[in-house]
This record gives sequence, C-alpha cells and structure tokens, in this order.
Amino acid sequence: MTHPPTVDERRLSPRVRRLIADAGPLVALIVLIVVFAVANPVFVSPGNIGILLSQAAVPLVIATGLTFVILLGGIDLSIEGVVATSSLVFALTVANDRNDLALGLFGALLAVLAGSVFGLANGLANVKLGIPSFMATLGLGAVGIGIATVLFAGRSPRVLDSGMRMLGQGSTLGIANIFLIAVLVLVIGWFVQRFTRLGRYGYVIGGDEAVARLSGVRVGRYKIGAFVLGGTASGIAGVLLGSQLGVGMPTIGSGTMFTAITAVVLGGTLLTGGRGGVLRSFVGVLIIVVLANGLILIGVNPYAQVAVQGLVIIAAVVATGWRLRTRVRIIK
Amino acid sequence: MTAVLEVKDLTKRFRGVVALDGVSFEVRPHEVVGLIGENGAGKSTLLKVLTGIYQPDAGVVLRNGEPVTFRNSSDAARAGIGMVHQEQSLVTSVSVAENILLGAEGDAVRFGFYNWPKLNAVAQRQLDKIASAISPTTIVEKLSFAERQLVELAKAMYVEEGAQVEPVIILDEPTSVLEGAELETLFAQIDRLRQIASVIFVSHRLEEVLRVSDRVYVLKDGRSVGETDAASADIDLLHRLMVGRESSAQFYHEDEQLPVDEAPVKLQVKNLTRAGQFEDVSFDVRAGEVVGIAGVIGSGREELSRVLFGAEPSTSGSIVVDGKPVKFASPVDAVSSGFGYIPAERRIEGIADGLSVAENIFLVAPQTAAWGPFRNPKKALEIAGAWIKRLRIRTPDERTNVGNLSGGNQQKVVLAKWLNSPELEVLILDHPTRGLDVGAKEDVYIFVREQCAKGMAVVLLADSLEETIALSHTILVMRDGRIERRFDAPAGSKPKPVDLVERMV
Repeated sequence: MTHPPTVDERRLSPRVRRLIADAGPLVALIVLIVVFAVANPVFVSPGNIGILLSQAAVPLVIATGLTFVILLGGIDLSIEGVVATSSLVFALTVANDRNDLALGLFGALLAVLAGSVFGLANGLANVKLGIPSFMATLGLGAVGIGIATVLFAGRSPRVLDSGMRMLGQGSTLGIANIFLIAVLVLVIGWFVQRFTRLGRYGYVIGGDEAVARLSGVRVGRYKIGAFVLGGTASGIAGVLLGSQLGVGMPTIGSGTMFTAITAVVLGGTLLTGGRGGVLRSFVGVLIIVVLANGLILIGVNPYAQVAVQGLVIIAAVVATGWRLRTRVRIIK
Repeated sequence: MTAVLEVKDLTKRFRGVVALDGVSFEVRPHEVVGLIGENGAGKSTLLKVLTGIYQPDAGVVLRNGEPVTFRNSSDAARAGIGMVHQEQSLVTSVSVAENILLGAEGDAVRFGFYNWPKLNAVAQRQLDKIASAISPTTIVEKLSFAERQLVELAKAMYVEEGAQVEPVIILDEPTSVLEGAELETLFAQIDRLRQIASVIFVSHRLEEVLRVSDRVYVLKDGRSVGETDAASADIDLLHRLMVGRESSAQFYHEDEQLPVDEAPVKLQVKNLTRAGQFEDVSFDVRAGEVVGIAGVIGSGREELSRVLFGAEPSTSGSIVVDGKPVKFASPVDAVSSGFGYIPAERRIEGIADGLSVAENIFLVAPQTAAWGPFRNPKKALEIAGAWIKRLRIRTPDERTNVGNLSGGNQQKVVLAKWLNSPELEVLILDHPTRGLDVGAKEDVYIFVREQCAKGMAVVLLADSLEETIALSHTILVMRDGRIERRFDAPAGSKPKPVDLVERMV
C-alpha cells in the first residue's frame, strides 16, 4: 500500500498553519522592532523604550477591557465618551481648581466606578432592551461625551492633587507608573479570562450562544459582566489620562477607540467572538505603539502618519486573517 | 419492574398545530429503545419535552415511577436525562472538559473561580466511562467529527454525577453523519452504555434502529402508532407504520435508472488537484448519469465537491463542461456554467433563514419571475406555489419563513431553488438526504431519477453506502485524496457495500 505524500502534510499542516497564524502578530511585532532598530538605533535607546511603554499604557488598559466585549462577538463604541466622563469625574473630585472637593484616591475610584456604570448601561441596553451592541454603545458613548461636556462647563478643571498626578506622571524603578498600572490591569484581565466563569463563559457565548443557552448558562448576566469590564477599563483609562495631562476634558479620549479596536483585532481576537484573549491584545497594542513611534523615527511625514498607520493595520489584518479566506463565507 | 422513564398521554400544541397528540411510551432499565418517525411526526418535540426545553400542555413524565416536571434543561439533567444532539452542540473554541461540564460545573468552579485540575478530572471520569482516549484539555476544534460525537456522549454521561441515578441517554440521529468503522464504534459504545444506562435511540436509518434496539416505537402525526420488539420486527413493517403507505422494495427507484452509455459527456474532470486535500482526480459524468463518490472523512471527497462548485480553488488540473474548459473563481462562475450545489450544511449554506419559502426558491434564478430588473411578485408566488405542490413541501404558505420548516422540507426548498434555474445542467449533491426521514428521502430519490431522465449530470456524495450504490451509475471510491477504484453500477448488477468498504479503508 502506497500512500501519497500529501497524507502527512494534510494531517500536520493545519496544526502548523494554526501555530503560524497564532504566532503571526508576535512575529510581526518582532519584525517591526528589528526593522526600526536597524533604521534608527535611537529606537532601542532606553529613553525611547520608556516613551514606548508609557504610550502603550492607556491603549493597553482599554484594549484589555474591550477584549472581553469583542470575545462575545460584541463591540464597545462608547470608549471615548466613557473616558471623557471618567476624566472629568476624576478631575472634579480630587483636589482641583474648580471646587473644594479633595477626595484623593477615592475620587479616582469614583471615576473608575463611573466607567463601570457606563459598562453596566451598555450591557443592560444590549441584553435587556435587545439593542445591538454597536448601536447601544454608540448611543451611550454620545451620552458620555454629553455628560463630560456639561461637567466641563467651558473650562478644563485642573488637577491639583500631586499624589494623584504621580499616577500618570511618576515612575517607579525607572518604569512609568502608568505602564505598571496597565500591566496590573492586564494581569487581572488575564486571570479573569483564564480562571473565572465570567471569562470562560465569554468564550463559550462568543463561540456558540445557542449552545450556551441550551446548556443552562445565564447568557445575559455574563454578557452584561463583559460590558462592565469594558466600561471599567475605560474608566481606569480616563483616570490615567486625567492624571497624566492634569486636566479633565471631553476630548481627552480622542483616538483611543481606534487604537484599542485595532489592537484587539490585530492581536488576533475575532470580531465574530469566541477566539482570542487579552495577551493577544497586548501584542496588538505593542504593534500599534511601535509602529507609530517607529514611523516618526524613520522620518515619515507626520501629516501622512495616520494614513500610513491605517494602511499598515489593514495589511496586517489581511496577513493574519488570510488563512480564513479559503472558504466561502460572509463578511458583514 | 418499574420503567426508568415513562411518558403518558403527552400532548403539545403550537399555535393550534398539534405536535404531540397523546404520546405514551416507556423505557425499562438497561434497555435500548428505538424511536422512529417521519419528519413532523413529533420526534424532535418529544425529545425537547424530555429534556425540558418545551413544557407539555398535557400528560405526565414519570422518572423511576415518580412524576417529574422539567422547567428547563438543567431540571432534566438533574433527573439524569442526558442527550446527544443531532446537530452537534459543542462549543468548538473551548476545551473538551469545559464542554462536558458546561453549565453544571459543580465543585470545579467555586465562587466563579475555576479549579482546572478538578474540572479536567471530572471530565476525564466521563471520558473513561465510554473508554475514550481523548484528552480533556484538547480544544474541541482540533477533534474530528467522530471524536466530537464521543465528547457529546461523555457530556451526556455527565448527568449521572448530578442525578445519582442511572441515567437515561437520548441519542438523536447519532448515525446520520457517521460511516463505516465510525458506525461500528458507535454501536460498540451503545452496547457499553447499556450496562450503565438506559438508552433512547432516534435514527432515520431503520436497519440501525433494529440492530441496536430492544424495542422500537413508531411515531406518526404526534402519536405512537406502533410498538414492536426489534427481534420480531422487519423493515417493511416499520416502513408501513411510519409512512402510512405501502413500503416499496424499490425504495431507491432503481428500476428508473436509465443506461447512459450513449449519452454525451457533460462534465470532465482532468487531473484535478488541491494541494493537501486530493490529487490527480479524473472522471467523466455523462448527461443523465449519477457518479457517486464514496470515501471516509479525510478521503478528500468533501473538498473535491467544494472545488467542483468553485467554493475553493484547485491547485492544478481542469474542469471541462460540454467540451469547453471552465475556470471557477467562485460559486458565481459555477452557477453561470449551469452548476448547482446541494450542501450538507443545509442550515448554513443551503437556505437563507429569515427569508420566505418563495424568496428562497428564487435565489438562484430570480429572472424566472421578473419584469426586466423588477420582481414580479404575482408570478413569483405562482411559480413558488407550483414547486411547493410538485415537491410536496409542507409549509403553511409561500410566505412562511423557511427557517420554520422541518429539515426535510427545507431541503426540498433547496432543491426547488436549483431546479427552478433553467440553465441547470450539473448538480452536485453533498449529502442530500442528511437528517431526512424515509418519506423525504424517497422524494429526493425520485427527483434524482427524474432529473437524470431529463439529462442532468449528477455528482453525488451520499449519506450511506447503500444510497451511493443504489443511486449511482458509476461509483468512485476515494482514499487519502486519490481515486482508489472505479465501480460500474448498472441497474440490476450493483456492487456490494463490502466491495466499496475494502477500498475505502
């Protein structure tokens, strides 16, 4: 009996291919780092690495929370509104130049809680009112911007609490505090994803919601839970940005949503849900931050950078998702 | 001896339609009970009542003599009733262990936190019960279809842990996608299961029901119309009970198979290769000929059918239609060359759920009911009505959502969709009778014969070897991506299943 050589290839290749696809974003990140390091040695200087890490912090926090929502096959478009509200709650409850409140860390927690409440509202709108997450979060995002604008009242409240400003500006052992906080968020996110029902059921519901329901899983709860995680992460991001810039303002979160969504997708979490994870999103965040930073260092016209970034991201998604294109399928 | 499960006068209505009309049956300890019935006979409804997904309008369910009420699937699981679903119900993106314990993790998850070693150990215990070597930590998407079914079985066995009674395991059409050796494994599993549980076996393959069951109940129009010991029953009898009409020995309408030696060659496949899937596949299909392709999972036949329809690209080789080479970049090209494809994944690739029966029928050839670029709704309804009558599609009307029809009737809508296209010349049938009952199957067979008489060229990937042999003029056996053997199968002198199996494995 002679078997054609294709047999072994067929048995092995899917696994190998999956491995390659899994490692794809990491490989892309390493390639980018090497290319930029060769093109401009400043890229790997300690100073620039420090900048890279602090630039990665806020996107990492947001992307970690967002990963839970996207794993369900949902989306959170309220990020910038939530970040805005949170930054203003933060700036107005810690020592500031607008009122006499000086709640310190408690103020920061209130701001994070504001994010959680937005997440809860997103989840309830999605689950209880049956509004697609796309629409529900888009609407509540606008509510967030609105609330922030009212609180802003025409002039940025300045943060005067020096302890709170250290959150975003200080460093510990030479590493930016803001990055350490982001890594802590990532570790918590990873733990939730790996060891809690909220995390595991996210994969199950995103993978096959009907099966989850038939198995007696209370799907609605876990969905709401994922949105709360997403909102909380945006709340934390609002505090970090408010602390870093020393003000609260409605536009403080501009651009964070683009970065976060692309980071999650680039990392390899499927927009259709069920597959992916927070560590992948970490890789995605690093790719985007390295790209933005590296393009400046190799002298790409700063005005063209956003466009270049967008194109590179589309190319990267095509490259990592190419293997999925063989079958006939519908892309909505 | 008390029955482990007894159903008395169970009735269930849906908006005036009676799905179950006083069904009664019982399952005794360590017994395998076969349950057969046509589509719409009430099998699915009955199973859904037994697993707590539907609540009956009247009647009682007794578990070990005690009346029980199942408000949801967890209640049924607590009473020790486990089910292996017809459409696989595993979440492929998570591990085997998570699937087995899904929704009922017990001690393995405390206060929302996972204890992985414990979770895996409990899952391992279920896998051990059915002597499966699958590791609980494997992600389900890496398993073959047959392996996944074992995981389903292990999941069903898990109800034993919560219930502390011997479980009743319901197998809903477990054989519909298995072949050859996989089937034997399943039968061995059922024999093993009999030692530790009672089994309800639902299948549309009558031979198999008789082979594994102790007793058989026949459902028709929501009632149990017959109960018989498997040992003393015969297929014709069951047929008659189920279908309510004389069973024809010529189930496959073999006498209608016309010789095609003189007919022109419609489709030529030359050295077709898709790297890693199949290679160097060549064959001809004449007008009016059915070419059946047999092979186990992994033989490359599924991939071949998808390449023939342009759903996946080929690496090399050519496809020739009416002497002209064609190149399919997508199914759109295949359709314009007169190809039609009846997919195995009916729910995903065959019907457009949410659209009406009529709209589905006109998906392929909308021009058959149009004024220029505009729809002609009146004509569309007329033509759709004609197809519904001709194929005996059971639907309230043309406007009904196709997703609400039973599997057999959905398949008929898919057939109508293609047959409505005037250009159709080549039909690729990928498991056209999967999950269909005897009556609906026979309708499909009649249609294959009718189309052949009109000169249609048919490539068939059938559900069973019997079906492949009976319907085909020519049979190709594929193994490891190559055509292993070609059999002529003229009416009256067909090859035997064993001849094919020898070449398949």
